[in-house]
Amino acid sequence: MTSPAVEAVGLSKRFGTREVLKGIDLRIAPGRVTGLVGPNAAGKSTLIKIVLGLVRADLGRLAVHGETVNGKVEYRRAIGYMPQAAKFPENLTGREVLRMLRDLRGADGGLDQELIEQFRLEPELDKPIRTLSGGTRQKLSAATTFLFRPSLLILDEPTAGLDPVASGIFKDKVRRARDAGATVLLASHTLSELEELADDIVFLLEGRVRYHGPLASLIELTGLANLERAVASLMRENAA
Amino acid sequence: MNTAGKVVRFQLHDLVRNRWLLGYTIVLLGLTTALLWLGGGGERAIVSLLDVVLILVPLASVMFGTLYLYNAREFIELLLAQPVGRPAMFTGLYVGLTAPLVCGFGLGIGLPLLVSSATTVSIPARALIILLATGVLLTLIFTAVAFLLALRFEDRARGLGAALAVWLGFAVLYDGLVLLVVLTFGDYPLESPLLALTMLNPVDLGRVLLLLQFDIAALMGYTGAVFQRFFGDALGMATATVALLIWVVLPLTIGLRWFRRRDF
Repeated sequence: MTSPAVEAVGLSKRFGTREVLKGIDLRIAPGRVTGLVGPNAAGKSTLIKIVLGLVRADLGRLAVHGETVNGKVEYRRAIGYMPQAAKFPENLTGREVLRMLRDLRGADGGLDQELIEQFRLEPELDKPIRTLSGGTRQKLSAATTFLFRPSLLILDEPTAGLDPVASGIFKDKVRRARDAGATVLLASHTLSELEELADDIVFLLEGRVRYHGPLASLIELTGLANLERAVASLMRENAA
Repeated sequence: MNTAGKVVRFQLHDLVRNRWLLGYTIVLLGLTTALLWLGGGGERAIVSLLDVVLILVPLASVMFGTLYLYNAREFIELLLAQPVGRPAMFTGLYVGLTAPLVCGFGLGIGLPLLVSSATTVSIPARALIILLATGVLLTLIFTAVAFLLALRFEDRARGLGAALAVWLGFAVLYDGLVLLVVLTFGDYPLESPLLALTMLNPVDLGRVLLLLQFDIAALMGYTGAVFQRFFGDALGMATATVALLIWVVLPLTIGLRWFRRRDF
């Protein structure tokens, strides 16, 4: 059996008195797009940050591609991370940011510059970041995420700042990466986007996994027309 | 090049175009030039420059450092999501931030001093070196303190407020408090406690280092006078220098510890 791309066992995290993750058990299947859903403060960002090594779990174990992450660094070479709002140093140009990331990661597998071309970023790359619009910065962030052909993509509300055309280009890119074998972990409040992209859904509520399985099964399970209604129904059930 | 070196390189690319840093350099350049050419020159100008070094350098370092770290927060997160270890990131951030500040200081104060000492004003080389070294050490110390504050306070406004309070405490209020101690406990032998109090304030330590050069202890605050009388030149210099170096290393060691454990 192939090892999961991400495996969490009994993952718990507390910030002060607030218990954000309460023993998460999760196996994210490789080569699939897994949508991470849940209301605000459900623990999505914390879970993502633990996978990235930005936050340390209090209890439990987390492995990426079969390797336990415990203050290690090298496993991140396989990860492409797109934060909700990327902020690059204001005085650098886009090209300098790309060069910096290439310096830090190396480019043994060759660079994937497809999004730079499709977003028509080339003329923007020599301007200081501070002069770029929010949308262009988000496009640059998307381009850097795919640049190193990562086998695990972690996308946090990736299309929030993108216009419909760019959003379409981005979603096509996510599909192509998945088809090429990459695993995608996609946190989003835009359920229509998840419906379009996700193969599986992880529904988090109050720090626990309430559903993990194929998207189609979730809709079938709740007997409702679409993901939005199915998720709303899960939230109501849990509130009751 | 190692990872920390790569982080430093790109911070330098960013910071050489930073307007605050440019402003800092220009202000120092303007002040030093004005003091040297309009203030009578020689030792009198140097004494005025002491205040610039002791007041302005800590203020700029702690405020700029704290502000920079809050602004770079998301970018630090992005870099830590790359194959970059925390100690390398911390080292890169610190060196990348202090190097342009030190250069700004060197250019702003050092350049006019060198030009004037070579042409019009006669300044002893030893005093010049100590003035520059003190400024560099204060930059290193107050940037390290900025790291501590930015790591300690999640909230930006509180962090910046704390930075201002730290500067105000060390550069302005501390000597007043020392004087209050002296007035209150004037009947007791106070030399040892006063020396200890001086060690606890890097600005006072910097002052001691400088005033020992100029034999103007009485002008430069009570603690300085005590320090000079007690230690005499050579031992006083060595003690103050070691204490200043401890002031660089200690906040950095604590800062690295916090940085390694921190949740971003």
